[in-house]
Amino acid sequence: MKLSGGDLLMRALKDEGVKFIFGYPGGANLHIYDSIFKQKAFDHILVRHEQGATHAADGYARSTGRPGVVLVTSGPGATNAVTGIATAYMDSIPLIVISGQVQSHLIGTDSFQETDMMGISRPVVKHSFIVQETKDIPRIVQEAFHIATTGRPGPVVIDIPKDKTDPSKYYQYKRLKEVSIRSYQPRVFPHPGQIKKACKNILSAERPVIYSGGGVILGNAHKELIALNKLLKAPVTNTLMGLGAYPAKDKYFMGMLGMHGTYQANMAVHNADVILAIGARFDDRITNTPSKFAPKARIIHIDVDPASISKIINADIPIVGQVKESLAALIKEIKRSKIKIDSDSIDSWNTQIALWRKMHGLDHDLYLQKNKSKMIIPQVVIQELYHATKGNAYVTSDVGQHQMFVAQYYHFNKPRRWINSGGLGTMGFGLPAAIGVKLAFPKREVVCVTGEGSIQMCIQELSTCLQYNLPIKIININNQALGMVKQWQDMNYGGRHSASTYSDSLPDFVKLAKSYGHVGMKVTKQSQLKSTFEKTFAMKDQLVFVDVYVDPDEHVYPMLVAPNGSMKDMWIKKNTKA
Amino acid sequence: MKRIISILIENKSGALARVVGLFHQRGYNIESLNVGAVFDGSYSRMTVTTRASENDVEQITKQMNKIIDVIKVSDLTEGKHHEYEFILIKFNKSFQTSKIQKILKPINGKILESNNNIIVMSALGPSSDIELALKSIGKNNLLEVVRSGSLGLHEGEGTLKI
Repeated sequence: MKLSGGDLLMRALKDEGVKFIFGYPGGANLHIYDSIFKQKAFDHILVRHEQGATHAADGYARSTGRPGVVLVTSGPGATNAVTGIATAYMDSIPLIVISGQVQSHLIGTDSFQETDMMGISRPVVKHSFIVQETKDIPRIVQEAFHIATTGRPGPVVIDIPKDKTDPSKYYQYKRLKEVSIRSYQPRVFPHPGQIKKACKNILSAERPVIYSGGGVILGNAHKELIALNKLLKAPVTNTLMGLGAYPAKDKYFMGMLGMHGTYQANMAVHNADVILAIGARFDDRITNTPSKFAPKARIIHIDVDPASISKIINADIPIVGQVKESLAALIKEIKRSKIKIDSDSIDSWNTQIALWRKMHGLDHDLYLQKNKSKMIIPQVVIQELYHATKGNAYVTSDVGQHQMFVAQYYHFNKPRRWINSGGLGTMGFGLPAAIGVKLAFPKREVVCVTGEGSIQMCIQELSTCLQYNLPIKIININNQALGMVKQWQDMNYGGRHSASTYSDSLPDFVKLAKSYGHVGMKVTKQSQLKSTFEKTFAMKDQLVFVDVYVDPDEHVYPMLVAPNGSMKDMWIKKNTKA
Repeated sequence: MKRIISILIENKSGALARVVGLFHQRGYNIESLNVGAVFDGSYSRMTVTTRASENDVEQITKQMNKIIDVIKVSDLTEGKHHEYEFILIKFNKSFQTSKIQKILKPINGKILESNNNIIVMSALGPSSDIELALKSIGKNNLLEVVRSGSLGLHEGEGTLKI
């Protein structure tokens, strides 16, 4: 059967198992939209801004593990998508972004809605294609999915000039049995010699720490991680991106590490003698000053991306391979090994960590305290949310203080439940990401924890939620200021709140939610929180926007002391260093 | 220190931009760059020279390898290698002419054009020799200089091939 370029694209996407496309039509992709109209394999979700499309596809990808698909038009459609592409790139999320392009003969003439999408997206994609021959569309789509989802995943752009989807020209559809790209062969299995070395080192450790990142979730290796620590009994810390990979309820779990990590996690990393880093990249929000990072530790680093290894912190034992395969090999080696873990040392190490936790650990029972100040403390909102959802919700967030409070206080016991922009730190991510998650899991509770700053960066997607009947729950931690900016200004700029407040010009979020056809509620007292959440989650078929007014002066702690601090240098509360 | 990196890359539109872009993105500087299709023409061989520490060059080669269109990368400076550069120069005929010819003689200096007013010459040698030669000629005596950038390959049996 012969198909037009647009229909070839539909067929190729169908064969990749695509269920949803998030997009926005325009001149350059209209032929494609006509093909979408005529097919039944997947649903198209019309967003209200292309940034929303990329974040929604991203949320879908993070929660399901399958690539998200985006369709935008040329020019402004393409440039609007760039923030979302960069967000996915920084967190290694598989996305396929199809952008319409002006007709081939107009490229380079500054024609209407023309922009060099290949050029403008180049630094933030894993790879990109421009379709030069219509017949190549099926192969390019196959290669794009292959590249996006294998090795270290990432976004791939396919730029399609309008004439390549001309509905009056037909081509044969051909699907390759196997994708093979001579210049792209990501490593799967680790080097056995390195696994042996890692095994010996981790088993001989007296103060081991497992530091695991987003790679464990992306590589679907959480079961292996848990199995590994059944053998090692080592304290475990997750990065912001890694939360949920190791169950928060486990007794060896120390919480998140880094800039706003727990006291015990940061102290453990600083004092460790062996650090097993798995699918993590020693980001600057983790290490603090790299030269002062974990001075006594030997570093074992497992990652599928060789460039992540020894980039910031030198690895003593580098292991390049898929996390799942590498951990499986390490588990096998440990079981085979004659060396046994030094139980006495490990016990006293875990005791030390319990001591640190007791000294300055997070208080997870804040919500039980009678609130004297009458202002709601944001941490309490997250604790109440955790209990209201029994810890089972998919939680998306935006960026700032509220994001850190969720990471600290919502205990994630399963992977792919915590959806946030870690690497790029993109405000506006939370609501559209929740759309992608809710479409993938319509029967699950999907909560977007946001702030009054972030939510306004993609608030137009409330309209998308109405169109597709997506009963997401939005918890707006409203401190009437750009909280994290303000915190830095409090701590480092003498309290001069330059361009970080707007309390006299905020919208009435309750009315706003209502005007978009949803339910809005406002909470100002801690005593109302629990009952409001009960009401919220009882409304199964409605999007509920809960506007929670919180104490604007609250800060996120712990916080690493910078610049020039190590991981043991932390502010544990206002004006108090540990 | 100066590094000479050889790259095999798919001969596709945009591939070169990915390599050049990466240097800029990651904060490294390109001193010279040479590229040309080789063998069946489906791929090109590039030689890039940069100044970088041991750690930096390791990152550069790793990041380069991540570019999907890049087939192979090798840091020639890690081992023994050949390195050559080709130049073309143009200068006014004057009392300096014989001096310039003398300077270029050890690096295969050749006259390509000579008329009443100007002389065009070519030369070929290790870039350090080229550098020295250009310095001793002096920039005031030259109308134009064109440099190919370094070309390099491994000494001995070692090859960089698909």
